[in-house]
Amino acid sequence: MTDLQKLTIGKALNLGLRRAMEEDPKVLIMGEDVGKLGGVFRITDGLQKDFGEQRVLDTPLAESGIIGTAVGLAVRGFRPVCEIQFEGFIFPGFDQISSQVAKLHYRTQGKIKMPIVIRVPFGGGIGAVEHHSESPESLFAHIPGLKVVSVSNAVDAYWGIQQAIKSDDPILFFEPKKLYHSGAMKSEVDTEATPDELFKSRVVREGTTATVVAYGPSVKVALDAAAAAEDEGKSLEVIDLRTLSPLDLEPVFESVRKTGRLIALSEAPSESSLTSEIAARVQQECFYSLEAPVLRVTGFDTPYPPAKLEEHYLPDLDRVLHTVDRSLAW
Amino acid sequence: MPSEHWTHPEPGDGPAAVAAQPSPEQVIAGLRATSEGGAELTQLLTPEGERVASPQFDRYVDDIDAEALKGLYRDMVLVRRADREANAMQRQGQLGIWVPLLGQEAAQIGSGRALRKGDMAFPSYREHGVAYTRGVDLKEVLGIFRCTDHSGWDYKAHGFHPYTIVIGNQVLNAAGYAMGQKFEGKVGDDDSEATICYFGDGATSQGDVHEGFVWAAVYDAPLVFFCQNNQWAISEPTERQSRLPLYQRARGYGFPGIRVDGNDVLACLAVSRWALEECRHGNGPVLIEAFTYRMDAHTTTDDPTRYRLSDELEEWKLKDPIERVRAYLARGGGADQAFFDQVQADSDAFAAELRDYCFNMPEPPPDRIFSNVYAESTPLLDAQREEFLSYLDGFVGAGEH
Ligand SMILES: Cc1ncc(C[n+]2csc(CCOP(=O)(O)OP(=O)(O)O)c2C)c(N)n1
Repeated sequence: MTDLQKLTIGKALNLGLRRAMEEDPKVLIMGEDVGKLGGVFRITDGLQKDFGEQRVLDTPLAESGIIGTAVGLAVRGFRPVCEIQFEGFIFPGFDQISSQVAKLHYRTQGKIKMPIVIRVPFGGGIGAVEHHSESPESLFAHIPGLKVVSVSNAVDAYWGIQQAIKSDDPILFFEPKKLYHSGAMKSEVDTEATPDELFKSRVVREGTTATVVAYGPSVKVALDAAAAAEDEGKSLEVIDLRTLSPLDLEPVFESVRKTGRLIALSEAPSESSLTSEIAARVQQECFYSLEAPVLRVTGFDTPYPPAKLEEHYLPDLDRVLHTVDRSLAW
Repeated sequence: MPSEHWTHPEPGDGPAAVAAQPSPEQVIAGLRATSEGGAELTQLLTPEGERVASPQFDRYVDDIDAEALKGLYRDMVLVRRADREANAMQRQGQLGIWVPLLGQEAAQIGSGRALRKGDMAFPSYREHGVAYTRGVDLKEVLGIFRCTDHSGWDYKAHGFHPYTIVIGNQVLNAAGYAMGQKFEGKVGDDDSEATICYFGDGATSQGDVHEGFVWAAVYDAPLVFFCQNNQWAISEPTERQSRLPLYQRARGYGFPGIRVDGNDVLACLAVSRWALEECRHGNGPVLIEAFTYRMDAHTTTDDPTRYRLSDELEEWKLKDPIERVRAYLARGGGADQAFFDQVQADSDAFAAELRDYCFNMPEPPPDRIFSNVYAESTPLLDAQREEFLSYLDGFVGAGEH
C-alpha cells in the first residue's frame, strides 16, 4: 500500500528522522536548540517531546563537544545524528571531524565504526549576516574516511536521512537551507517505496544540447535554467549529483558522451573544489567526446559577501544560460 | 533566597561537604539565584532604586554625582530607543535581522563607560550599547544587519573590534591582543591599557573560551572577561551550559571571578573599573559575570514563546535597568520631569536619524564582492572580477533581466 504525502524538504527530514528513531532505539539526535525549539529551522520539531531528553539532546553550545561526544557515543554503540546550526559554525568541530570521525575506522582497522551523521544546513540566498550562507562541502569531500551527500528534494531528504543513519560510515549531510520550507519544492513522498541507493547521482531532466551537473540548492537553479533554455530551443540535461563523496560520475560521463558539453554548477568558490574535481575527471574520461572545455558556474573565490550582494555572488539562471552559450560558441 | 541556593563546597569543608552532591534543583537555583543584595551579587542600586553601600566598590563610583548618573541614564535610554527602532525596522523588512539588546543596557553602558581611550573592547554581536560608548556611530552597526557590510567602523580609532558571530572566537583574539599590550610594556601603572572581551553564558561552553581563560591566565594578560549572562543561549538555559555559577569558574583558572547585578549600571561601572584597574596594574585577568536578562527574543528570527515562560519575563521586568535609575534620580531630586522629557525627546530624535539613515543606506556596488579579499590581490581573483564585471556590463541596455 502506498502512502503518498506532499512534503517540503524540511518536513521530509523531520519525518525521516522520526522514522529512523522509531526503528532503532540507538539513534540519538544532538545539537544546539534541537529539543524544545525544534532546531532553529524546526527540522527536529516535536521529536524531543515524543522521544525524551535522552534521545534528543539539547547540548551545551560547543561544536567540538557535540561531535567529539558523538564519537564516544558511537564507540559505545549509539548512532548519533548531530545537527550543526549553520555551516559557518562547523569549524570548531572540524578538528574532531577530520581527526577522529574520519579516521578512527582506518586507524583501528575497522574495529571501531563511526555511524555518525552530521547534518549541516548550507548555502546562501536567505539574506543572512556573515557565516550563515557558506558552502564548505568541498572541504569535507577532500577528507578521506568521510562520506558527503547533499539533498535537493523532499524524496531524497526523507529517504536519504534514513539511509545515512543506517550507514556504518560517517556522513556529512548537507541540506539546502534556502529550500527547507519552500512550497515550490514540495514533492510527493512515497513512504512505502524502495528508495534509490544513497550514493548514486541521477539524471533529473533529459536533454541533448549540453549537460548541467549540480547538487543541493543549485539543482533548482539548473532545472529553472533548463526550462528557460527550452524556450530558446536548447535542451539541457540536468544531473543531480546527490553524493559528493564518493562522487558518482558515471551518469555524468554518460551524459557528456551524449551532449559533448558540461557545465558544473555550485555555490561554492571554484578554486580547488568539487567542481574542479568534476572537471578533471570528465576531461580524463570523456576527452574525445567533449566539444568544449568543461565550464563552471560557481560562487567567486572570495569570502561570502554581505547579503545585499548575494544575488550577484550566487550562480543564477542567467549565469548558467550565459555559460551554456559560451560552451556552444566553442 | 540567598541562603537557599547552593554554593560550591570549599576544599576545607571536609569530606562530607565535598561528597554532598547538589540536586538538579539546587544546581539550577544556584545558577539562577539573583540574591537581591546578597553576598554573591554585587549591587549598588536595588531594583527599587535604593542606593546600597558597598565597602569594596563605592570608591570606584565616587565621581558619579547626579550629573554623571543622569548621563548614564541618558546613554541607556538612547541605546534602548535605538534598539527598539532597529527591531521595528527589521519587522518592516528594512533590516535582514536584528539582535536585540533590550534588558542588557546597564551591563553594556556600565562596562563600556568604564573603558578609557587606550583600552580595547572585543564584542560578540549584541554589544550595540558598548559600541555606542566607544563612539561608534550606530548607523555603522546597522549596516551589518541590513547586510550591506560585515563591519563598518574603524576598530583602531574607536578601540572596538569588529563584531564576532562565531561563538567564542573573539575570546582568544582578545587574549592575544591583551598579551600584546603586556609584551609592549603597556601594563603596570595607572596609565596602562587593558582589554575587555564580551561573550554570553552559552559561549562559556566553547573550547575557545576555555582556551582564552588559560592563555590570559598563564600570560597574566590585562584582560577583563565580561560574560553577559542573560540566562539564555537561544532556547537553552544556563543550566544547559554549567552546573556552577559562571563567575566561580575563574577560580579554576587562577584568577578572580565576580558576579555583578547586570541590571545595575552603577555596579557594572564600579566592578568593571575595579577589574580594569587590576588589569592595568598587572593583576589580570578577571572574569565578570554580569547577571542580567535578555528581555526580547534572541534575534528577530527567534520565537521565545516556544521555550520560556512569560512569568520569568514578568519577574525580570521588575528589575529593569533603566527604571531603577529613573526611580533613584526622581526620588533623590537629581532630575526633574523636564530632564526625563528631554532625554525622551533626544532618544526619539536619535531613533529618527537612524531610521532615516537606514532607509537611505546606499547599496554596495557589485565589485565590493572582490575588494579586500587579500592585502595584495591575486591574478586569479583579478581575472574573475574583470570577467564578472564585463558579464554584468552585457546586461546594460539589454532590457530587464
Ligand atoms: C560556533 C557557533 N555555534 C552556533 C552559533 C549559533 N548561535 C548564535 S547565537 C547562539 C546562542 C548564544 O548564546 P550566548 O552565548 O548565551 O549569547 P547571547 O546571544 O545570549 O548573548 C547560537 C547557538 C554561532 N553563532 N556560533
